[in-house]
Amino acid sequence: MSGIPHDHYEPTTKGEKWLHSRLPIVGLLYDTLMLPTPKNLNWMWIWGIVLTFCLALQIITGIVLVMHYTPHVDMAFGSIEHIMRNVNGGHFIRYIHMNGASLFFVAVYAHIFRGLYYGSYKAPREITWVIGMLIYLLMMGTAFMGYVLPWGQMSFWGATVITGLFGAIPFIGEAIQTWLLGGPAVDNATLNRFFSLHYLLPFLIAGLVIVHIWAFHTTGNNNPTGVEVRRTSKAEAEKDTLPFWPYFVIKDLFALAVILCIFFAIVGFMPNYLGHPDNYIEANPLATPAHIVPEWYFLPFYAILRAFTAEVWVVQLASFVTGGIIDAKFFGVLAMFGAIAVMGLAPWLDTSSVRSGRYRPMFKWWFLLLVIDFVALTWLGAMPAEEPYATFSLIASAYWFAYFLIILPLLGVIEKPLAQPETIEEDFNTKKMKSKESSEDIALSPAE
Amino acid sequence: MKKNSVLAPFIILATLSLPTFSLAAGSGKQHIENFAFSFEGPLGTYDETQLQRGLKVYTEICSSCHGLKYVPLRTLSDKGGPHFTEEQVRVYAAENFEVFDPDLDDYREAKSTDNFPENIDAGAPDLSLMAKARAGFHGPYGTGISQLVNGMGGPEYIASLLVSYTGEEKEEAGVTLYENTAFPGGWISMSPPLYGEDVDFDDGHSNDLHHEAEDVAAFLMWAAEPKMMDRKYTGFVGVFLLGFLAVLLYFTNKKLWAPVKYRKTA
Repeated sequence: MSGIPHDHYEPTTKGEKWLHSRLPIVGLLYDTLMLPTPKNLNWMWIWGIVLTFCLALQIITGIVLVMHYTPHVDMAFGSIEHIMRNVNGGHFIRYIHMNGASLFFVAVYAHIFRGLYYGSYKAPREITWVIGMLIYLLMMGTAFMGYVLPWGQMSFWGATVITGLFGAIPFIGEAIQTWLLGGPAVDNATLNRFFSLHYLLPFLIAGLVIVHIWAFHTTGNNNPTGVEVRRTSKAEAEKDTLPFWPYFVIKDLFALAVILCIFFAIVGFMPNYLGHPDNYIEANPLATPAHIVPEWYFLPFYAILRAFTAEVWVVQLASFVTGGIIDAKFFGVLAMFGAIAVMGLAPWLDTSSVRSGRYRPMFKWWFLLLVIDFVALTWLGAMPAEEPYATFSLIASAYWFAYFLIILPLLGVIEKPLAQPETIEEDFNTKKMKSKESSEDIALSPAE
Repeated sequence: MKKNSVLAPFIILATLSLPTFSLAAGSGKQHIENFAFSFEGPLGTYDETQLQRGLKVYTEICSSCHGLKYVPLRTLSDKGGPHFTEEQVRVYAAENFEVFDPDLDDYREAKSTDNFPENIDAGAPDLSLMAKARAGFHGPYGTGISQLVNGMGGPEYIASLLVSYTGEEKEEAGVTLYENTAFPGGWISMSPPLYGEDVDFDDGHSNDLHHEAEDVAAFLMWAAEPKMMDRKYTGFVGVFLLGFLAVLLYFTNKKLWAPVKYRKTA
């Protein structure tokens, strides 16, 4: 399966041989766990495990919550209160599920930006990247529909606003919106289909996660240098890599334990900090909340959605060229989805021959600016749609697109990259030398 | 970097357990007083006697217009709540509330297995979740720092609302509005419910307006978040066990990697 030469599973006992010739499942697990992994991976390579854990956590807590939840407009809100007050341990499981979504998105953003900095999207890992983007889109859909289920004010009005976006599509928008909602407005049919899909999509995500892992197990992991593992012989490959088990499993589990420590502190001591108080008011179609704000993890794209108003010249141009088919609202929707699409196209937009940002002196700064831009967009998404935030949003949105559509293609041409290490081993040993002096005492205690 | 990530949970804990200090709360016109409640911070607990006093204020004053439809009466005897005896709750329910029983097709005295009744006669909102449905603290500038330091401010909002009537009234579209500096917009349709010395507390606690407001706000916080003390306890157990696990894994990882990292370069 993997391109990196390594030992494969050999059945030894009679029983193992019997099973292996019929179903090579042990071999599959062995090869997956013993995958040669670049030994210079840094702490930004822990997020994959965190994400896998989050998916499992959300599925398990979700399945338990469903046992006590009622998807009906008259009973949904009350059934959540039933879980919070009467179901044994229900309050904690519900708070874990609620904040688990936030942990999931913290991890996915860290994971994505890791990929953007170290060029993990570049050949031959384009498929891994694109599947990752699909997983991210499904995650957003799942999180959005999950937020509707408690049937609070933000659930209801969030659903109304977001499904309204589809109504902005010219000609067929209204029909699509009705089809999505199961009626002319957000109602019982909407709640039920969102519940159904909120249960289904995580399993699709799980399937895509397997494909995602399969893809990068085929190409091998990227690493902080972006230099490929040597594959000419097993001996050479072993100088660049270590097996996933136990080296990276233990490392990742340590990181996961630290992250979960913080997570439990948030769930235990401030579970509603990331939520919106209005969602503790039952949905009321007759009373619109003063500010409709999506969950924090949607804010960057919400900011992009709102940035393109009818006063912006690009919008006016688009409207003029298309004879008014693309109005400001539809332009905003296109921009929001476009912001994710350009990210998905990064493998083909980045022209640099160097993979890792570590050896790209100009890229580093533009990337840093992109991170700041993302944080700024998150903040702007939560602010009211008025000046000066509207202008800031427009600038920040413009940079997001400029980074992918102009800067990435251009940098590959004008930038002079720094010298890269020949091998991963070389990089690992240089770092090792640096930290050696401070850890002399540990070196003296042999563990082998 | 490694050290920082190990310390992070403890830094967060330390930050959370800092006593809340007063920041300029709320936006310009709305003024929310930062009451010091016993249940703030990770170590904060409900004060049983305060919840009992708050229940008395609710029963004698608030319940004439507001309901608590999501709160089961039996939970009044829960540990980590007002913690009455089950007998006290039975008597309290029977004496104070009537509920409609579909089996009898008639009203009967409430039992401890019933919820507090809802009350929609005056069009007043249900108070079951009020302490979580309002945020007393905001911003600054959408950053959420104020909520991080002070908490969401639900009970502070309720207590402030009760003590912030200025005494001014106005008529608008046939409705009397009362000026209140804690209410968004400054004018509220609820007439001042508390004036001070409205109820006599059995424990002899001061019943001036400020104390009554504080006690009923604490009670409503419990009504909205009855499992808070359980939750914090579980949180501590989780943080402690995971912290311990993290320490063990840190050393396991260090030992595991030592021969790889510190092997003499051949």
